[in-house]
Amino acid sequence: MDTHFIILLACVLAVLLIATAAAQVLKRRAAPGDLTIQNLTARINAWWVMVAVIALAFAFGAAGVVILFALCSFAALREFLTLTNTRAADHWALVAAVFVVLPLQYILVGIGWYGLYSIMIPVYAFLFMPILSALRGQTENFLIAVSEAQWALMIAVFCVSHVPALLSLQIPGYEGRNLFLIFFLIVVVQSSDVLQYVWGKLLGRRKIAPNLSPSKTLEGLVGGVLSASVLGAALFWITPFTVVQAFGLSLVITLMGFFGGLVMSAIKRDRGVKDWGHLIAGHGGFIDRLDSVIFSAPIFFHIVRFYWDVH
Amino acid sequence: MSVAARAAAMLIAGFARAVTAVRGIWQGVAPVPGQRIYFANHNSHGDFVLVWTVLPRALRRRTRPVAGADYWLASPLRRFIGRDVFNAVLIDRNPDTRTADPVLQMGNALAAGDSLILFPEGTRNMGGERLLPFKSGLYHLAAQNPDIDMVPVWIDNLNRVMPKGALVPVPLICTVTFGAPMRLSGGEDKADFLRRAEAALTALAPSEKG
Repeated sequence: MDTHFIILLACVLAVLLIATAAAQVLKRRAAPGDLTIQNLTARINAWWVMVAVIALAFAFGAAGVVILFALCSFAALREFLTLTNTRAADHWALVAAVFVVLPLQYILVGIGWYGLYSIMIPVYAFLFMPILSALRGQTENFLIAVSEAQWALMIAVFCVSHVPALLSLQIPGYEGRNLFLIFFLIVVVQSSDVLQYVWGKLLGRRKIAPNLSPSKTLEGLVGGVLSASVLGAALFWITPFTVVQAFGLSLVITLMGFFGGLVMSAIKRDRGVKDWGHLIAGHGGFIDRLDSVIFSAPIFFHIVRFYWDVH
Repeated sequence: MSVAARAAAMLIAGFARAVTAVRGIWQGVAPVPGQRIYFANHNSHGDFVLVWTVLPRALRRRTRPVAGADYWLASPLRRFIGRDVFNAVLIDRNPDTRTADPVLQMGNALAAGDSLILFPEGTRNMGGERLLPFKSGLYHLAAQNPDIDMVPVWIDNLNRVMPKGALVPVPLICTVTFGAPMRLSGGEDKADFLRRAEAALTALAPSEKG
C-alpha cells in the first residue's frame, strides 16, 4: 500500500513538473502579459497546492480524507448559498444545513453508516428544512428558497460526501486499499477536465454548448474523455477492476463529469457570474474545481457498490 | 496593542474569513498606505470587521473605525473589542447627552495621522432601501480636512450572513468594494456633497440578483 502510494505520488509530481516546465516554455514564447498563459500558470500553481493538500489528507488515512472533503463541502455550500435567493426567514434552516446537516453527514460517512448517510439529506433534510422555514410564517418566494437550499445541500454536501464514502465499501480481496478508489476517481475525472481543456485548445472547432460554456468543444470532449479513460484503464492495477472494467468506469465518470460541468455552468449563467468563488487562483471557486467530481462521485460509488461490494 | 488584543484581532479576522471568505475589490483606489476616510454602508455590527480584515496589515494598524459608544461600551467584552482590539473612535450618537462633538473626535484622530472607517448612515440599515440618507458629519469632516481622500466602500452580503436578530451567522461569500476617492469640491454645499457621496457609494453595489 505505502509503496504504491509513493509510486503514484511520484507520477503525479512528475506530471506537475512537466506541466510547470511546459508553461514556462509557453510563457517565454508568448507576448508578455498574455492572459491565457497567466491563467494557465495560476492553474498549475493551484494544482501544486491541491496535490499537496490531498497527499497530506491521504497520509492521515480515512480520517484525513473525511475531514478534507467536509471542508470542501463547507466551502462549496458557502459558494452555492451565496448565489441563492434565500430570505431572512430561511436563516434557521440554513444554519441547520451548515452546522448540523453537513457535520452529521460526514460523521455518518466516517463511521460508514450507509443506511443513514444515503438518505439523511434526500429524506430528512428535505422534509425538515422547509418545516423550519415555514415556522417563520413568510410565504413570499417560499418554494424558490426551500428548493434552492435543498439543491445546495444535495450538490455541496450529499454528492461531495460520496467521495469519502468510497472508504466504507467492502470489496473482497481489496481490504484496506479503498483510498486508491478515491485516488482513481479524482485522478481520472480531474485529468479528463484538464485533457478536455488541452484537446479543446489544440483541436477545438465545434462548440457543444455555446450558450452554457463557450469553451467546451466536441473535439475537446471526445479527446479528453477518451484519453482520460485510457489513463483510467492504465490505473487498473490499483483498483479491484480489470483493464476493461476500469476503462468502462472511467468512461462513465468522465462523461458524468462533463455533464456536471455543463449543469453547473448553466446555474452560473443564470445567476450572471463567471466563477463560483475566488479561493482557488486560476480556477475560481471550490465548485468550479469540484463540479465534475460532484456529478461523478455518487454514480461511481453506486456502480462499485452494486457490482463489487458485499452487501 | 496588548498581546490579548492582538490575539483577539487575529481570531476575529480569522472568524470573519471562515464565515465570509471576504475579498477586497480595490476598484477605484489601490491598497497603499496613505491617510483616508473610508465611508461604508451599514447593515451589521460586523461591518467594520470586514473592512478591517481586507485591509493590508500596514493599513490596518493606522485605521480606526468610528462606532457608537452606546453599543460598544455596553459590556466588558464589547468594550475590549471596540477599544482595545479595534481602537475605535467611540462617539455618542445622542445629541442631547453627549459631552464631546463627534466631528471633533474624528478630527482629532485624523490630526494624529490615522485613517477612519465610518458609516455616514448613522445607524444600521434594516429596511429594504439600499442606503439611508447620510448624516451631515461626513460633510463637516470633508470641509475640515480638504486634503484627505474620502473613499466609498460597499460591503456586500453581510446583511444576509447575519439578518436582524440572528445569533448564528450563515456562511456566505462577502465582498468589500473600494471606489474612487472623492473630496469636497469648491462651491459644493452640504446637500450636494452628501448626495454625491451617496451616489458614489450606491454605484459600487452589485445590481440586484434575480
